[in-house]
Amino acid sequence: MKYMLIMNAPRDGYAQFMRWPKELLQANMAFMRAFSQKLRESGELVLTEALGAPTEAKLVRGDEAGRMITDGVFPESKEYLAGWWIVDVQSEARALAIAAEASHAPGMPITRADGTTIDHLWIEVRAVMGK
Amino acid sequence: MSGDAGERDVERIVREVAAPALAALARRFGDFAACEDAVQEALIAAAAQWPREGVPESPRAWIVHVARRRLIDHVRSESARRQRESDAAAEIMTGGDERETQEEMDDTLALYFMCCHPSLTGASAVALALRALGGLTTEEIGRAFLVPAATMGQRISRAKETLHATGARFDLPGPRERAARATAVVRVLYLIFNEGYATSSGEHVYRTDLCGEAIRLARELRRLMPENGDVTALLALMLLTDARREARVGPNGELIPLDEQDRSHWDRSAIAEGKALVEESFSAGRIGEYQIQAAIAALHDEAASVDSTDWRQIRDLYVALMGLTENSMVTLNHAVAVAMVDGAEAGLALLEPLSLDKRWRSNHRLEAVRAHLLERAGQRDAAIESFRRAAEQTVSLPERNFLILKAARLDAR
Repeated sequence: MKYMLIMNAPRDGYAQFMRWPKELLQANMAFMRAFSQKLRESGELVLTEALGAPTEAKLVRGDEAGRMITDGVFPESKEYLAGWWIVDVQSEARALAIAAEASHAPGMPITRADGTTIDHLWIEVRAVMGK
Repeated sequence: MSGDAGERDVERIVREVAAPALAALARRFGDFAACEDAVQEALIAAAAQWPREGVPESPRAWIVHVARRRLIDHVRSESARRQRESDAAAEIMTGGDERETQEEMDDTLALYFMCCHPSLTGASAVALALRALGGLTTEEIGRAFLVPAATMGQRISRAKETLHATGARFDLPGPRERAARATAVVRVLYLIFNEGYATSSGEHVYRTDLCGEAIRLARELRRLMPENGDVTALLALMLLTDARREARVGPNGELIPLDEQDRSHWDRSAIAEGKALVEESFSAGRIGEYQIQAAIAALHDEAASVDSTDWRQIRDLYVALMGLTENSMVTLNHAVAVAMVDGAEAGLALLEPLSLDKRWRSNHRLEAVRAHLLERAGQRDAAIESFRRAAEQTVSLPERNFLILKAARLDAR
């Protein structure tokens, strides 16, 4: 069964991340690297990608003629996709366990858009539909 | 059969015979697209069979023979043609690999021209060249570019369709056109090298070694056109740049900039070979982009440290390069060289007009260079802010990590 493990961050999440002390940043980078490597070696990793900063994102729609209309990022959006892993695992329980491990990466508390603080980022787990 | 060879040996031999085998087939049978598919199938068969059963006496003849059988399987054609084909095959089988004729070398060169045809986009030419010239499988090329094999397969078929549609012929162009066509080949090999170099973060364990492949193809191209100064300079540039590869990446895949690299980890023999080639290409006459870039790389490689680098000469070379190319990286590198000669402020002043230019907006390289120069100028806070802005703009993870850590390190002081 395939699951998508989604990491969301507040709009300024990257800016918060970038202000962590050097040691914590290094620990986080080493964790992420080792984590992906471990999933790759266990044969469970399908794909993982990190996304660029939300501040550089563009919103696009097309008008009736299919011409592009671009907008800036909607500032009222609370959460932005920061990156994901797609894993192919035996059970949902395993996907949840992997997500919990990812959530536990070394780091500092994150302030969310509503002002509340969380110790670790949530990881959203969604089933990938078969075709 | 010449006995047991390790898997790596087999891989090397397979790659080396890929281009000459395809060239021989394409010359005899004409249908480039079909020949290319057949050779690919033969290469895959060889990779499976040779490690078990040993490498044949003449690997190229084996590939040609198997590919020819595949061709016949795929295209059942009139008997006259088949007769012609089997005559050709008999000739190949008895011919062996002993000595390469001028005609065979010309065929291989024609294959380079074909795969790097000016009608192809950079991405298509790169994919086709890696398969047809490099003997890589579609699977391997896909992995190197982090796209599914099916996508890469499509890219390669489209490239072949484009060649067919433009009526590209498997022929060696005349002397006048040859130089222009060589320029296209050089550009494609340079793209392959850059793809490998820019992503050589160690992040992707399954990455095929694109830099090594680009160097191998450049070496082969130089053997085929030893008189072409651009080809010689390209090989020099690749060797002189690749020589620093080991020192360029840290244990966590982070980039290590030139001024922080442990120069004892640079590959001295590659540097020596590269320097000799630069000198040779300069004496060949016409000075182009690749010669200048290679000369700059050589100046970096021969310096014991950043401070003892001949920045004056590097600056002058960048001035010359700016006259030859519109490449924006050249403008930035020139500003860095000026900063090293005349002080950080002089370099920063050159960046000013660029940041007003629309084309440079959200360009992380401009911001990263500004950050470095601000740091050199002792403007700590501005440098930190600039490093973080560059980190938000880059789309390379190793580069982003490097920039964030630079900011964090300055912040901790």
